[in-house]
Amino acid sequence: MKFAVIVFPGSNCDRDMYHAVKDGLGEEVDLVWYENANLADYDAILLPGGFSYGDYLRSGAIASVSNVLNQIKIKAEAGTPVLGVCNGFQILLETGLLPGAMLRNEKLKFMCHYETLVVERADTMFTSGYEKGQQIQIPIAHGEGNYYCDDATLDELKQNNQIVFTYKNNPNGSRDDIAGIVNKAGNVLGMMPHPERAVEDLLGSSGGLAMFQSVLQHWREMYVTTS
Amino acid sequence: MKKVKIFITLKEGVLDPQGKAVQEALQANGFPDVADTRVGKYIEITLPNEADVALEVQRMCDKLLANPVMEEYSYTVEEGIRS
Amino acid sequence: MLQQAEISPEKIEQDRLYRDMGLTDEEFQSVKNILGRQPNFTETGIFSVMWSEHCSYKTSKPLLRKFPTEGPHVLQGPGEGAGIVDIGDDKAVVFKIESHNHPSAVEPYQGAATGVGGIIRDVFSMGARPIALLNSLRFGNLTTPRVKYLLEEVVHGIAGYGNCVGVPTVGGEIQFDDSYEGNPLVNAMCVGLIDQKDIQKGIAAGVGNTVIYAGAPTGRDGIHGATFASEDLSEESESKRPSVQVGDPFMEKLLIEACLEVIQHEALVGIQDMGAAGLTSSASEMASKAGMGMEMNLDLVPQREQHMTPYELMLSESQERMLLVVKKGEEQGIIEVFEKYGLQAVAVGTVTDDKQFRLLHHGEVAAEIPVDSLAEDAPVYYKESKVPDYYTEFQTIDYKPAVMNHAATLKQLLQQPTIASKEYVYDQYDSMVGASTVVAPGSDAAIVRVRGTEKAIAMTTDCNSRYIYLDPETGGKIAVAEAARNIISSGAKPLALTDGLNFGNPDKPENFWQMEKSVDGMSAACLALKTPVISGNVSLYNESNQQAIFPTPIVGMVGLVENLAHVTTSQFKQAGDAIYLLGETKAEFGGSELQNVLEGRYYGKAPAIDLDVEASNQQAVLTSIQQGLIASAHDLAEGGLAVALAESLFGSELGAKVTIDGDVTAALFSESQSRFLLTVSPENQAAFEQTVPGAKQIGLVTEETELAIEQDGKSIISETVPTLEALWKGAIPCLLKSKA
Repeated sequence: MKFAVIVFPGSNCDRDMYHAVKDGLGEEVDLVWYENANLADYDAILLPGGFSYGDYLRSGAIASVSNVLNQIKIKAEAGTPVLGVCNGFQILLETGLLPGAMLRNEKLKFMCHYETLVVERADTMFTSGYEKGQQIQIPIAHGEGNYYCDDATLDELKQNNQIVFTYKNNPNGSRDDIAGIVNKAGNVLGMMPHPERAVEDLLGSSGGLAMFQSVLQHWREMYVTTS
Repeated sequence: MKKVKIFITLKEGVLDPQGKAVQEALQANGFPDVADTRVGKYIEITLPNEADVALEVQRMCDKLLANPVMEEYSYTVEEGIRS
Repeated sequence: MLQQAEISPEKIEQDRLYRDMGLTDEEFQSVKNILGRQPNFTETGIFSVMWSEHCSYKTSKPLLRKFPTEGPHVLQGPGEGAGIVDIGDDKAVVFKIESHNHPSAVEPYQGAATGVGGIIRDVFSMGARPIALLNSLRFGNLTTPRVKYLLEEVVHGIAGYGNCVGVPTVGGEIQFDDSYEGNPLVNAMCVGLIDQKDIQKGIAAGVGNTVIYAGAPTGRDGIHGATFASEDLSEESESKRPSVQVGDPFMEKLLIEACLEVIQHEALVGIQDMGAAGLTSSASEMASKAGMGMEMNLDLVPQREQHMTPYELMLSESQERMLLVVKKGEEQGIIEVFEKYGLQAVAVGTVTDDKQFRLLHHGEVAAEIPVDSLAEDAPVYYKESKVPDYYTEFQTIDYKPAVMNHAATLKQLLQQPTIASKEYVYDQYDSMVGASTVVAPGSDAAIVRVRGTEKAIAMTTDCNSRYIYLDPETGGKIAVAEAARNIISSGAKPLALTDGLNFGNPDKPENFWQMEKSVDGMSAACLALKTPVISGNVSLYNESNQQAIFPTPIVGMVGLVENLAHVTTSQFKQAGDAIYLLGETKAEFGGSELQNVLEGRYYGKAPAIDLDVEASNQQAVLTSIQQGLIASAHDLAEGGLAVALAESLFGSELGAKVTIDGDVTAALFSESQSRFLLTVSPENQAAFEQTVPGAKQIGLVTEETELAIEQDGKSIISETVPTLEALWKGAIPCLLKSKA
């Protein structure tokens, strides 16, 4: 399986994502610079964290109007797994691939520490390696991770079962403790916590590894015929 | 040239923690009557005289400058700015 | 701003305008002798910044020469952007600390942010990828709104820059004392990793080679920042605000990636960042180090503002700029790398062989100076030194505290901001980006692994300035020893250090004596502990309203964890583990946190330190860690044994039962040096006691979450750990919230 980590000017978790796939999962992965990117050959698209374009307008806003996002939209429509983490999630929201928006953290401060996430859905291509209700330790590191959507959108998210992760102890004021959501089709996941920072016990938790393994598992089931 | 001043604020009803913090600070510093404090962004651009400002600014804001999910915008125009 | 006619050389001399720029009468005369004529306005400005303390170390040089700077593993000592130490596997670690005190005092957010940006550039300009940031901060007591604002904004600035640029902030220290109230200290340290083959130098070699300017365009930011940093702070400083630079971490992130790509390019000859004194220092230093000259056409320098004068262009301290020297004819390949990242890179000059620093502007020669005179002919001053009266008096005082209720005192100590949890602060830093942080802020030293090896880098910043104030020589020894103790406790071997020397006005003989003695003490400890000084920074004139800060020579130390299995933290690990204390406890309370709590000031003698004992205790702990005998290790510092026990319990969900003997107050709160708190699992106890015969068992880790300390069967302290932890964690947020 071949993963692409999209690198925007100002991405800074790109290499962490790369290592999570290459060393943690043991699969093929490229760092793909956003300009003149060709995503045709990739089986999964990863949008890493960081401060694309300095997040100077709104987090993720400027990256969301770059050309590479048009390609990502086409891949997403075709069912390719797209995972956006932190700034990557913000970019997915700004492009409209996922509903809602990010506000500044309730306490107006950047925060970085481990949070306990509750796996709300274990039947997506990103979370099949978890149990529903399982609690996992994943770090957060953001200043604008306060998920916002209006009541109608929230109802829709719930009705369609789009809420994948919630915070056990909401750190940032996100509506309904939302930490991660998928699109209706289930192949675009955005989350504020950083699974790529939690793939080895050496660093404190390997609770994020199952997410990468789930994506691989899904791909194998879809495309690799067992003989 | 026309100078366009664009103001972007969070929609009414969206929690504005920055606005809340500023309001509390104002109240604590001798301005107890301050209410409805909102913090927003201010963006200044110039456009050529022949530009259709209403259309252009609306397109800019919808495409990039504001996020309609949580923000709203307004603008003013100053005509006849020398470049 | 309209262009003004430049002030004539005659008028500069006649009206002694050079004094406003920071040159003395004698210095101006030497400039005249060097040039054989009167300097023009631009030249006067160039000399004044290059001969400022910040760039020339004219006051501190005689002291800096005392530091041991060599060792078998030192690849680059002081003199380049940052020092470099060999860590094996053809890799090396690059690091340096730098102060940004004066800018942070007037504009704390930008002052701190640009301090971080500057030190990162020092590291990647050597060719290294920055892997970690640390900082060392000093503020007044958290009782006035101004001090609270300074703390909040400095932290916000460090976070704003470091988080965006994607280098984890993994450690640091903060102390609070009245002497810093008007003059906070903001020292930032950056650590980088490099493959030894990639090591770069800031040299402008090869006649005819091209000088390239890369990064942000030049504006009027921070004009005269370097001389600003060499003056006392006063009410007037507030009005100097425009002199403070504004940082753009996004630009810096792009510069890092572009520069790390460029260093792989064979056309690159030299690279240096534009720090203090901007284009002037980077260009002249690069030429001087190569034994060359340089000619630059200032019209080609990218400019953010209109009508900039040569003086402004040369002295601007706009951030996020680099200067490169590139082989003639091969500029395009380099420029394209910068363009990929959307950065400007333009040829602005050439390397010459006439050893002149020549600047052209609008077709005229704006300055022409023998380049070596800027770096090498700077004056060196041997300042007068005098033993301060307070010191003589303190040496006769044997301070003995009277403690009635030891449990209440422990609670008070845990809430002292210098001891209390700094989680409120470090939670705002991205400490994990890079996915290599093995030990995050909160333990004795931070640890970042070296990908692709079994090794890791340990790092810490330390300086107990109270001891240095009481006795600079002893305090200087302790600063180095404590840093090494923190490195050792984390399972690493100390390699080398970078010093951030922060002192008051050196023209006052008592201040200079403090500098002199603390450097003597530090040097002695560096020799004893085999940790040479490989880089550093000097910040003088840290005074406000004529009152000097406590002498604060900060030690930034780096160590090597040979194998990830050696990584050790201060937290207790398991019930049933034996608790040992290594090192002798004496009744030493001068400069202690207990003295601060009881007396509100510091006096008497600093704790004594015997460097031989220190070295042997450190070696014993490291050996037993490497043998796998140690479960947790913590050095004893502010607040003594009682505080160390409490800290080791926080977050562990365990308790401890400890028996003490001798004087209770000394046993619990003395700050005697060279001590470690160690826990050992029962199966390792026999082997441990053989390896470290000096260690004495004082208790056991328990399941019940209580800290129980007793003497002769009588309970001295019996407190639940959650109670103590809540006090310790809540203290700083509580102080910040309380209305002054």
